[in-house]
Amino acid sequence: MHELLKRYGTGLTTIFVLLTAFWLLILLIFPNLTMFESSFRPYLPVVDVGGPKDIYSLGNYMNIFGGEVPMSIFGFEVLVSARVKIFILTVFFSVVVTVVAFVLAYPLAYYLAKVVSPRSLPTLFLLLFVPLWVSEVLRSFAWYIILTLKGPLNGVLMQIGVIEREIRWIEGYSPVVVTLVYTYVLFMLFPLYNAMQSLDSNQIEAAEDLGSPWWRTHWRVILPHAKPGIASGAVMVFMLSAGSLLVPAIIGSTSGNWFTQTIQGVMLEEQNWNGGAAFAFLLLIVCTLMVVIAMRLFSVKLSDIAK
Amino acid sequence: MSAGVDLDDVCCDFGTFRAVDHVNVNIQPGEFFSFLGPSGCGKTTILRMISGFIEPTEGVIRIGGKDVRGQRPNQRPTALIFQNLALFPLMPVWENISFGLEVRGVDKAKRRARAEELLDLVELPGAGDKMVSQLSGGQKQRVAIARALAVEPQVMLLDEPLSALDLKLRQAMRAELRAIQKRTGVTFVFITHDQGEALAMSDRVGVMSQGRLQQVSNPRDIYNNPVNGFVASFVGENNILSGDVSTPADGFAAMSTSHGRFRARIAGGVSGSGVKLYVRPEHMKFTDTAGAENSVLVTISDVAFEGNFISVQAISDSGMHFISELRNDGSVPIPEVGTKLHLGFDASKAAILPDSATAGA
Amino acid sequence: MHKTRNLLGHVYMLAFLLFLIVPLLVMAGAAFNDSKLPTVVPWRGWTDRWFIDLWNDGRVWIAFRNTILVALAVVALSVPIGTAGAILINSISGRWRAALYGMMVAPILIPGVVIGISTLLFWNQLSVGSGLHLSVLGQVSYIASFVMLLVLARLQSFDAGLEEAALDLGASHGQVMRRILLPHLYPAIGAGAAIAFFQSIENFNVTLFTRGGADTLTVYVFSKVRSGITPTINALALLLILVTLAAAVIYEVSRRRKERRERMLTVEE
Repeated sequence: MHELLKRYGTGLTTIFVLLTAFWLLILLIFPNLTMFESSFRPYLPVVDVGGPKDIYSLGNYMNIFGGEVPMSIFGFEVLVSARVKIFILTVFFSVVVTVVAFVLAYPLAYYLAKVVSPRSLPTLFLLLFVPLWVSEVLRSFAWYIILTLKGPLNGVLMQIGVIEREIRWIEGYSPVVVTLVYTYVLFMLFPLYNAMQSLDSNQIEAAEDLGSPWWRTHWRVILPHAKPGIASGAVMVFMLSAGSLLVPAIIGSTSGNWFTQTIQGVMLEEQNWNGGAAFAFLLLIVCTLMVVIAMRLFSVKLSDIAK
Repeated sequence: MSAGVDLDDVCCDFGTFRAVDHVNVNIQPGEFFSFLGPSGCGKTTILRMISGFIEPTEGVIRIGGKDVRGQRPNQRPTALIFQNLALFPLMPVWENISFGLEVRGVDKAKRRARAEELLDLVELPGAGDKMVSQLSGGQKQRVAIARALAVEPQVMLLDEPLSALDLKLRQAMRAELRAIQKRTGVTFVFITHDQGEALAMSDRVGVMSQGRLQQVSNPRDIYNNPVNGFVASFVGENNILSGDVSTPADGFAAMSTSHGRFRARIAGGVSGSGVKLYVRPEHMKFTDTAGAENSVLVTISDVAFEGNFISVQAISDSGMHFISELRNDGSVPIPEVGTKLHLGFDASKAAILPDSATAGA
Repeated sequence: MHKTRNLLGHVYMLAFLLFLIVPLLVMAGAAFNDSKLPTVVPWRGWTDRWFIDLWNDGRVWIAFRNTILVALAVVALSVPIGTAGAILINSISGRWRAALYGMMVAPILIPGVVIGISTLLFWNQLSVGSGLHLSVLGQVSYIASFVMLLVLARLQSFDAGLEEAALDLGASHGQVMRRILLPHLYPAIGAGAAIAFFQSIENFNVTLFTRGGADTLTVYVFSKVRSGITPTINALALLLILVTLAAAVIYEVSRRRKERRERMLTVEE
């Protein structure tokens, strides 16, 4: 504080502090606190709000249970509530998306960081960036068109004779996973690239010179160096996937529901704001957990996210 | 119009570390004053206190007789030349120079004219529209000076401005800075660790060590009559003998060392054993026969031709290493390596000194 | 020595690019296909009727206007806020700095759904109803983070000595900010504004929950996809893609020009 006042004078410092306080308190902390608090209050008609029925309870959280439905976990048949199933599957498939995105992005990141000449980089990046600037809605929609029953994928496959009748691609979780990967793979690519870029090429050459095969060089030299990038990318992709509403809504189906859709249903269709708050909070917890796990696993701090 | 700077018993602490320790000095208006000392001696801190970026923990700083406590840097009649110059990279040279006028609301035409005047003063005519990145090191220096002069400060503060320049440029800039100071008559407070610079440019020099002023005097005095061992060693070369001292008489004392008995001037308050005697290389003379006093038998170990002087190294039979400097004008014969000669000095040219001051000079 | 691997790399890069671009091409292609369902197979002939339908669709224009207004508001708020945050954090150190930095970066990691719902609930408690103004506030909470990161990075390359020099020459703090610091930050602020604008345009999750009844482009497309698609959406999509491409080309050209200018200046020593 003292430093600030000396450097910028009272007037400017006040402005900075006020703006930042407005941001952090009013736009971030208070809303989340409100949501947290509301999640414990029951869904009441307006008249009853503030009255005797307005007590704190875990009721909204308990909402997630109820409506048992069979689910197989590692081959075991378990009976869980429909919503719990959706929650678990959302988390599971978000992890899948993250892994697939990593597998796809890693070779490309390496290629960009080490193989490509620095002069072509800006152009290549531009080419890669453009799909990113195209809105998520459109990207999901594009895949919808491709995968739809009467769409081009089926059309092409039938024309070259691979299949005889149109396949219903838009079923289950697979199309969601594919579209999520498509939509968010770049968020894995750029952190990976950034991390790899800082690796001194001499280290790779040294490893080769000492006789290391390419896969070992990657495993022992490059991957460890890229850890912060992996952590950052994984966190981003997971969070975006788990929190994505557009993609599962456009390309999902009744057999492939995403947890965000559940939240949307509760909030907007049932107009049960407190209930929605509870579920949203659950989503937040999962994402925070993921951040913490990634930070521990890869020993990274919050100094990631270099966009 | 220039002002004097008075530091009255000024101290500056950073936590428990005392960077400036009871410094007292009165810098005269129009004077070129240098603070000379090694890194960490506190000279930078003094400069920052005078300019207003730090406040002293104790003591009073007066500029032009006025106590400047509480005055922010933009309120003080000082201008600071930073070590890395801090020229504004996004502005052309003339805007850099006239920035101080701009913030005072002077209109553009007048500013431009004044900038051109100053560019002439620092001998960079016509460079007004260039960008800083297009200038050489010496040119940037001059722009920095012009920028500071534009606000007509009463005191110019210079933070080791020549340390980043190469040797030839440094020497040229020394003369230039001196000339500019004489031309404008502004008080210059200059800090440096380079003793050659300080001695060549200043009216007076304040030698500092560990936050304390060791000696304040004109360059000749600092060199010829250092008050303690630190000043003697920091400024110029020395031969140092260590021994026990007898009681002084008429300002001279006898000292017995493991290399012989010597007589030299003695500073007040120095006595006892483990005391040091300092004599400069240029006062050491070689003779074929032993002198009446202060004479040692030595073997020449090295003769190095350094251009305008010759550096001769010799070792006494008692193992002491001596350095002598002879002028390259043919007035004295140059000894040869391996010869045995007597090396001696005049008692009045040597001094027995305390190590360093415990209180400012 | 690495020839085969490099070749593989090139091939992979190409494949990757194709993977990214082909779906967009398909979608763009369907905008011209004279078929009631958006598709390229079977091809029923070129037409531009979808573009005409799009032009006549009043709702699209309203949604477009809303989107732009929201984006402008978001830029107007998040740029000052993000810049203030960056400047603030740059002058603090220690545990406070880590904590503040964490808080400023956290919104990026929060799912949009959560931001939307929390914003809605909070302002509702203050009796502010839902609507585009809430969308703006919700979006600013995380878009300001992007601006903050950009400005902070630019701040690291700033020599604080310049501020001191300006002060020493007599400038007031306001003058120092205006003439010394902000000019240095302009590239980052400009980039931040651009990113804020585009991020706002493509935001969906936050907007969906906070908008009340109003439409933005993303929400509009979404609702049309759910209700009944005609290739007017594709027409819209193609237009948006073209705008994006145009922006990208402009950016690239101006960047190249700047690079060339810088290269020439430094040679002229």
